[in-house]
Order: sequence, then C-alpha cells, then structure tokens
Amino acid sequence: MVTGQKSKTGARITIGFLFVFSLIWILPILFTILQSFRPFADVVVKGVWSWPNHLTLDNYFHAFGQSRMWLFFLNSVEVAVPAVVITLFLASLIAFVLSRYESRFTVPMLMLFTAGNLLPPQLLYIPLYRAFLHIWVPGFINQNHKLYDTQLGLILVHVSIQIGFATFVLTNYLRTIPKEISESALVDGANVWNHYWRIIFPLLRPALASLGVLMTTWIYNDFFWSLVLLKTGNKRPITAALSNLQGEFNTDYNLLAAGACMAFIPTLIVFFVARKHFVAGLTLGSTKG
Amino acid sequence: MTSVIDHPPAAAAPAKKKKRKNSHNFSGSDRVTLGAFVGVPTLIHIFLVWIPAVCTILLSFTFWDGIGGLSSIKWVGFTNYRQIFTLDDNLHIAIRNNILWLVVFAFIASPLGILLAYYIDKNLKGTQFYQTSFYLPLVISLAVTGIIWDNIVRTDGVLNSILGDTNPDTAISWLGDPNKNIWVVLVIASWRHIGYVMLLYLAGMKSVDPSLREASAIDGATDWYTFRRVIIPSLRPVNVIIVVITVIESLRAFDLVYILNRGTNGLQTLGVEVFQNIQGESARLGWGAAYATMLFLICLGPIMVYLYQNFSKGND
Repeated sequence: MVTGQKSKTGARITIGFLFVFSLIWILPILFTILQSFRPFADVVVKGVWSWPNHLTLDNYFHAFGQSRMWLFFLNSVEVAVPAVVITLFLASLIAFVLSRYESRFTVPMLMLFTAGNLLPPQLLYIPLYRAFLHIWVPGFINQNHKLYDTQLGLILVHVSIQIGFATFVLTNYLRTIPKEISESALVDGANVWNHYWRIIFPLLRPALASLGVLMTTWIYNDFFWSLVLLKTGNKRPITAALSNLQGEFNTDYNLLAAGACMAFIPTLIVFFVARKHFVAGLTLGSTKG
Repeated sequence: MTSVIDHPPAAAAPAKKKKRKNSHNFSGSDRVTLGAFVGVPTLIHIFLVWIPAVCTILLSFTFWDGIGGLSSIKWVGFTNYRQIFTLDDNLHIAIRNNILWLVVFAFIASPLGILLAYYIDKNLKGTQFYQTSFYLPLVISLAVTGIIWDNIVRTDGVLNSILGDTNPDTAISWLGDPNKNIWVVLVIASWRHIGYVMLLYLAGMKSVDPSLREASAIDGATDWYTFRRVIIPSLRPVNVIIVVITVIESLRAFDLVYILNRGTNGLQTLGVEVFQNIQGESARLGWGAAYATMLFLICLGPIMVYLYQNFSKGND
C-alpha cells in the first residue's frame, strides 16, 4: 500500500480529474436548461454560447400552451403507468409459481422470458404493426376500430416485452427468500391465491418498487414503439411529440429546449427522489439475487 | 413447445409432491389459479413477442408489398438477402456503423465506465456529485438526448461557437458530413453508455468480499493491481452483463440516429433500415424483415452467452 504524501497527491489528482469529467458530463444538460429560459431573439443576436441578457418563461408558456406539451406528457403517463402496473402484477404471479413450485419447466420458462426480453424490438415490429392494423377494438377505444394507433396497443406491447425482464428479476429475487416462510401457510392449508397474496406479494414489495421506478422511466422514455404504433399526433407521448416540435419549428431551438426539459425533468425528479430504487432496479437484474 | 408451456403447473405439481414433506394436494380451484398465474403472462409474452419474432424471420424469405392480403405473400427464398447485399448501399453503411458502434462501446466506453467505477469506489470527496453526473444521462430518453446534443453539435451550436465559426458555409458540419457524423453520434451514445457500465460495476464491486481486498493489500499489491487482478476477475456475472449490454445496445441503435437525421446520410444502422423499409413510401416488407433477421442473428450470440451464464449452473 502506498501511504503518506504520495497517496494524498494521488487523491487530489483523482478528485480533480473526476470533477472536471463530471462537469463536462452534465454540461449539455445544464446548457439545455439555460437555453430553455432564454428568449429566441437574444440567442439569434448573440449566438448560443453567450451570457444571457435576461431570462424568461415564455418558452415554457409556449410549450405548455400552443405546443400542448402538457397533453403529450399526460399521454406518456397514461401509457407508462398502466403498462408498469400490469407488467408487475403479471410478472409477480409467474415469478411466484416459478420460484415456489419449481419443476423441470422452471428453467426453460425463465429462459423463454429472459431471451424474449433481449430480442431487438425491430424483430417484433413488422408483424405487430401489420396485425394491429387488422385487430378489431370497440369504438370507444378507437373510432376506426383498429388496435393500431391506440394507446392500448402500445400498453400491450410494453407489457409483453417488459414481462420478460420483470419475471427474470422477480423470480431471482424470490429464490433468495427461504421457502420456509411459505411452509407455515401451506400447513395452515392456505390456497394458492392466499399463499401468493398474503405471503409472497408482501415479500416482493421492495423488488416491485425498484422495478416499478425503473420500468416507468423506461416506458416513459420509449420512442421507437410510439413512433411505429401511433399515427395521430394527439395520442403521441412526449418523446415522440418532441420530434414533431423539431420538425415544425426548425429554428426555434429555445422552444425545443423547453420541450426537452419538460420531457426529461419528470424523469430527473423520479431519479432524485427514488434514486436507490432506480439503481437497485438496474442491478437486480445483473446480480443473481 | 406451446403445449409444454400451457400446462406446467399441472405437470409440475405431482413431481413436486413426492419431494415435499408437507405434500399438498392441489384442489381443483388451486389448479385453475396456478394455470392462470402461469398461463396468462406466458400467452401474452408468446403471442406478442415470440410469434412476431418467428413471423419476421419467415417474412424475410417472402415477397409482400403489404397491400394485398396474406394470400398475396410469395415465398422467394433468399432473394431479399441477395438483393439487399447487391443493391442496397445502405446495408454497407449500416453494418459499418453497427460495427463501429460495437467497437467503440467495447474498447472505449465500457472500459472507461469500469475505470470510473474504480475511482468512484474510492469514496473520495464529492463522490455523490460525480456519481449523479454520470447517472443522469441514463434517466434521459434517447430521443431527448438527441435534442440536447443537437444544441451542442449543430452548425450554429455550442461547439462551433467555441471554435469560433458558426457560418453555415465555412463552419464544420458535425452532423451533415457523412464521414464525421457517426463519430459524433458515438460520442453521444458513449455519454450514456459509460454511466450505465459504471453503475453496474459499482453495484458489483459493493458485493465483493472485503477480505479479498485486504488479503491483496497485505500482499503488498497496489489498489490498481488489486482492482485489475482480483476484483475484475471476481465479478464474472457483472462482466457478462456488460458484454451483453454492450453488444445489444450497439446493435439496437435507433432512437438517437433517428432523432438526429432520420438515420440517413451516413447514420444508417440496421435498426433504422428495418424501419425505413416498412414505414417508408415504398414498403418492402421482405427487405425490412431481412434486416431485422440479420439483427437477430447477431444478437443471438450475446443472448446465448447471457442464458448460459444465468441458467447453466445446476439449474440454480
């Protein structure tokens, strides 16, 4: 071990290196936030890399009002929340069975779900897109009775893909919990539903919280599926709606910056509030148990 | 396959009963419950993931303009693949870009992420700030990431302002030049990937038995030596995850290039080409499916590695 002066200098160099590196890292984000508060005219005159004369909320008013970012944000929430709730519920059911009633099918089933989650989305998209054009739905979901261009379709696709990851993670999580905890319930003659609902589900809560935070962020951030499965502008989630803003107002980068901030600030808040869960969700899948 | 998956609990129950001390007899309603618990999620997953995947692979051997019904699909063998390889210039650029992506992720971004994890793990002053900075790109949508970085790299953006030339005629066109733009995109993609790898590695390092480090330190090894020779080899599961994520993320590349310039003019990737052949004006479903199938074939390697890592050791 190196001791004394040498390691102190080393630590200082490391701190300097890390500090500079992390500043560079957040610079694009900070810059976008600053940009969103600057008036367009100011930037046109002075260039983007300049000290602002004054700051304004106009870009946000515009983004909220004329560009309806609020609507698009709600669209994102309307897809992400149901998709995550359904995914976690279904995955917890199957994880319960796979971890508590193990059989020779357990491993093949887990492999099916795990591999399914790793498939590239582009591999699934052509048949799903074509099929959704022909699947009938009631008029209150979509007036032209197609599953294509509905939030329901989007939710279904997210659920079916994310079930793979959630099942893998939750099954591994349950396997680390001793089965003896279940024994007492089985002695009491509890049926399968009560075994799940009274014993396993409460045990799963920490894992469900972490996965929930992570998956909400993922689905909220999705761009590909909303691009290919939605057509109507009003139904788009915020990520896809931003690319409209990009096309429409090709020159108003301040408005675009405000839109981008509105899209990522909710996820930043989630991250700062539930950071432990976010990190745990990502690493639950990567370490066994 | 499906028949196996439809009824595992029924088959599983008798096998298990013999082993258990407190053997439980499933009542009829319990069987139904178990069947539903397994059946519903499995059917959803199979119908919306696996069946479409197989359909895409089959579709890649057919010709279909997508207008006529399913009966107008014609089997054409490997024609789509042959045509793409001989006629489609996008293929070569897409393959080049996906390979570049993989190489940069594997040899620059992932090692940098691991290196950062090593330094962050020392718990130096301000470690929370550093960690947060590197995690932030992870919570931001790739589509939004594209917009954020466009501020920096467009012709009149921050980078050219700092370089002192934002004149559209003379300034460097970071995104418009097909020889440069892929490198710009790779910087942006690495911005995100490095934090991801760092996060996974940090979590892994927390699980390393502290006595391993102590033993190595007593032997007179430096921290860096211990990290390279003791910690990295002991984190095999995390290493596998990082390999898998590195490969799969670099192959999936879509959102970023699509937001920046619709994945054209030097930014083609396999993922974009699938989309362009389906959603574009001239729908060539066979070509799109062939691109998707190629993507799948390349992903197959890391998927197998991952499955092997997780499920090989005595079904545990």
